[in-house]
Amino acid sequence: MAQLLAVLIDGLIYSSWLFIIAVGLTLIYGVMKILNIAHGSLYALGAYSAASLAGYWIKQGYPPMGSYAVMLVAAILVGLIAGPVIERGLLRFMYGKDEIVLVLVTYAVFLILEDFVKLVWGVDPYFIAQPYGLLGSFDIGDLTYPNYNLVLFGAAVFIGVVLAWVLTKTRQGKMLLAVIHDREMSGAMGINVGRVYFITFTVGAMLGALGGALTAPMISVQPGIGAETIVLAFAVVVIGGLGSLPGAALAALLVGIVRAAAVHYRPELDLFSIYLVMAVVLIMRPKGLFSAQEARKI
Amino acid sequence: MNRDPTLPILVAVSVILLAAGPFLPRWAMFLINVSLCYGIVVLGMMLLMRTGVVSFGHGLYYCLGAYAAGTLDQVCKISDMAVMLVAAVIVTALASAALGLLLRKYRDIFFAMLSLAFSMILYGLLVKTSSLGSSDGFNIAATKIAGFTVAGTSVERYVRYALTVVCAFAAGAFMYRYLNSHMGRLAEAIRDNELRVEYMGASVRNVIHVNYMISAVLAGVGGALAAIAVGHIDPEMAYWTTSGEFVFVGILSGTSSILAPFLGAFIFETIRSFAYEYSPNTWQMALGITMLVVIMFLPGGLWSLFTRKRKAA
Amino acid sequence: MNTQASKFLKSGAALLAAVLVSANCYAQDKPIRIGLVTFLSGPASGPFGVPAKLAAEAIVDSLNAGKVPAPYATKGFGGTPLELVVIDEAGGATKQVSELRNLVERQDVDFVIGYIGSGDCLAVAPVAEELKKITILFDCGTPRVFEDASYKYVFRTRPHATMDAVAGAMYLLENRPGMKSYGGINQNYAYGQDSWADFTAVMGTLKPDVAITTSQMPKFGAGQYGPEISTLLQSNSDVIHSSLWGGDLEAFMLQAMPRNLFTRSQLILVAGEPYLHRLPGSIPDGTIIGARGPSGVYAQKSALNDWLRQIYKERAENFPNYPAYSVAQAFLGLKTAYEKAKAQGTPGTEEIIKAFEYENFDSPSGKVMMKLGKGHQAVTGTAYGTTRTVNGVITVGNIKYYPVERVQPPEGIKSVDWIKAGMKPGKW
Repeated sequence: MAQLLAVLIDGLIYSSWLFIIAVGLTLIYGVMKILNIAHGSLYALGAYSAASLAGYWIKQGYPPMGSYAVMLVAAILVGLIAGPVIERGLLRFMYGKDEIVLVLVTYAVFLILEDFVKLVWGVDPYFIAQPYGLLGSFDIGDLTYPNYNLVLFGAAVFIGVVLAWVLTKTRQGKMLLAVIHDREMSGAMGINVGRVYFITFTVGAMLGALGGALTAPMISVQPGIGAETIVLAFAVVVIGGLGSLPGAALAALLVGIVRAAAVHYRPELDLFSIYLVMAVVLIMRPKGLFSAQEARKI
Repeated sequence: MNRDPTLPILVAVSVILLAAGPFLPRWAMFLINVSLCYGIVVLGMMLLMRTGVVSFGHGLYYCLGAYAAGTLDQVCKISDMAVMLVAAVIVTALASAALGLLLRKYRDIFFAMLSLAFSMILYGLLVKTSSLGSSDGFNIAATKIAGFTVAGTSVERYVRYALTVVCAFAAGAFMYRYLNSHMGRLAEAIRDNELRVEYMGASVRNVIHVNYMISAVLAGVGGALAAIAVGHIDPEMAYWTTSGEFVFVGILSGTSSILAPFLGAFIFETIRSFAYEYSPNTWQMALGITMLVVIMFLPGGLWSLFTRKRKAA
Repeated sequence: MNTQASKFLKSGAALLAAVLVSANCYAQDKPIRIGLVTFLSGPASGPFGVPAKLAAEAIVDSLNAGKVPAPYATKGFGGTPLELVVIDEAGGATKQVSELRNLVERQDVDFVIGYIGSGDCLAVAPVAEELKKITILFDCGTPRVFEDASYKYVFRTRPHATMDAVAGAMYLLENRPGMKSYGGINQNYAYGQDSWADFTAVMGTLKPDVAITTSQMPKFGAGQYGPEISTLLQSNSDVIHSSLWGGDLEAFMLQAMPRNLFTRSQLILVAGEPYLHRLPGSIPDGTIIGARGPSGVYAQKSALNDWLRQIYKERAENFPNYPAYSVAQAFLGLKTAYEKAKAQGTPGTEEIIKAFEYENFDSPSGKVMMKLGKGHQAVTGTAYGTTRTVNGVITVGNIKYYPVERVQPPEGIKSVDWIKAGMKPGKW
């Protein structure tokens, strides 16, 4: 029983993390039909920036609680800078091209940013130890969890709710949904598709960086974290159905709990668990869990 | 009517490579050898791209081909190159026949991700198998070819190189004939509009399955040849980044000619090699920038350089 | 003599003189090119690759200046200066095979020192044989290199990883004889799997009644260990074995410590020494740390040790960790062999190989003996210690040194077989 509870809690925490890193990607793909491999680099940039800024903040002696705000600011800054630079400076010229070419463009950007990160921050892992343990911890049964995990969970829920509200209740959001559904018709109806792309990419970049920033206190930020995260994010996005927010949430939950169960009961399956879930879901529902109905063009 | 110079060029280049082999510095021979192995795999990717599907999991077959060759050497103590190639063909054909049944129903990103999932599952299986060396892999020594022992002789390197050149030629010639055949021409039709192809009576799924199998076998052959040339195999061959490299080289080369994948593979290997040497700290950035330049200025791939020139003339 | 001719003669003489002088200089000053292959990118660069590179650069400069303590006081190798050519070990084993060829054939190096990754070591060894270039593997741990094959041109100047498991288990049982159970968390790749397999085999031989609770094998680079830590917590193991390193280890420690995992279980980190130089959060008292040899914090005081610590600290912010010591062993071992061959005649490849085989030499971590792998594989003893906070400073105490015969299988028997057979000390 205690183990089952642990599986659920661990699964929920891991799912929250997965959701945060995947939601930006699914948004960008849904709107722009670009599989943004550079999302991994944005995650890494967010993590490194948060680690550096928060580390600086703490070293200067400012109140440690402020480091959370600093991390948030770092993520937003990364998104606001990197997003427009990549979108306006590069992607904008590639929109007419084949989908797969765009993937390659983002892969090239990923490679460039990987080395950029290495040039700026060096190869040593970065860490900021305080924010993780600062909030104390709570006990459930015989297990102790830092309260920071609640922050992670809360952030995931908050982001999900806010995005859902924005997408369905605000005008801008509904325009975004329209573009996701059918780009041509939206343009024909007068929606400024270029601007929608710009906003989407920037928001997606911010979310990716936010994922990195929120993760930074839990890990040691090292070269290569971008690559590891991309595959996870992709898997979640594909399982959930591309461009679907509830899909991403459900997929994150599924993958998180399966992984937690694997680790507790059959640790050797941990390596495969996400790919097995992806294969099984795709076999049963070829377009992911929630897929938008698309008209077939003849 | 234009006489298509592709086949004569293929023959000429192969003959030149075979003749020049003994005079090349060894590192150059090795570079060409590895590029040709890559080129064979990318030839298969090109076929799939012409059919409108992109596989992000061809590392699966590349790895299977290499491990088929390797296990023959390790387990059955057969180290004959010809046998290894045959084994690679058989194993990859069987695997792709099975997986293709499932994959042929998917398109676009889902095809890519499902193929990626399968290649990562193979990766995970191999990493868990300590008898095959887990993530370190193991060395293979292909000492014979069709019964003749070459290990230890002075022609050892050349034989492996020549084998690769011959296989590349065979693959290229086969692909050329195939693409000009009925099935081959259906590929591009499918990419343009599947529904119409179905309407006209051809089975889209069968064509995709067959093309998938051909590309898988080519990947397996490329993998086995790479294993023979490098002498070492490891599960990294099935990792998604390896598959990503194949896709990248495929786009780099363009899909217009069967010669393009070989050229693209050669240029990619050369750039990577020189990037390592001259900017060991920033080779990734150098590679990324090169990719962007090619994509932006040569949207048809590198091969469009040649087609453009001919049009101008 | 007309002016034309005299001009011609003068310039001819000047040219001849210049050629003679430069030929002389050329003959004396043509440096020895050493190719260094180490991780400059990726997760292994921070804890291992770049420290090794910094150490190599510092050592080469120090050697060229002749500032190394005896018996290495000669400049460079036998008076000839050294030149370092560095390439990145990232990219996988296949890439490294190509790069070794480029290094030897295009960049024309005389020797190669490199390879931290076991997969890379295994892949390049046969290629080094084919290229007939002396290649020194300086840091990889797999015993397979010289247990599965023999090589003439390939040497390894550091011991392989079997002794980490053997000594670790011995140290653990000596200090905690009453332990009842242990679990493990290791990265799911060859090194992690082998570390766990060796450790469990040794524990099985030394104390079979100790139970194994759980073996966690997270993906390499996972970074998120929530479920693993929960499982370890619930397993209530006395001891947790781990071969984690680098960013993964730091992430694990960062996540596990606030959850009080280490108040329940004692941690043994068989490759944890580089972590001591970083200490992101802290490290719980009572953690057992291995350095894969008597190096890093376990290096005993000596002139060579002081020298390495000093030249390294000038370039980096910390004191050298064990990969820095490994690279020092490679350079000093090669230097010894080179100068011995030179003293007997010419320092050609064959002569150096002959001198290198079965040689003993001093290093900052102590005496290194090339006694396994038909004279190509080094052995040293090893050391383990426990962390303790003394006056707010984290130190390593209770250090125990293990001689080579207790922790290394002798020539001719594979590590796994030696462990299973009871680890009988061989004749050294």
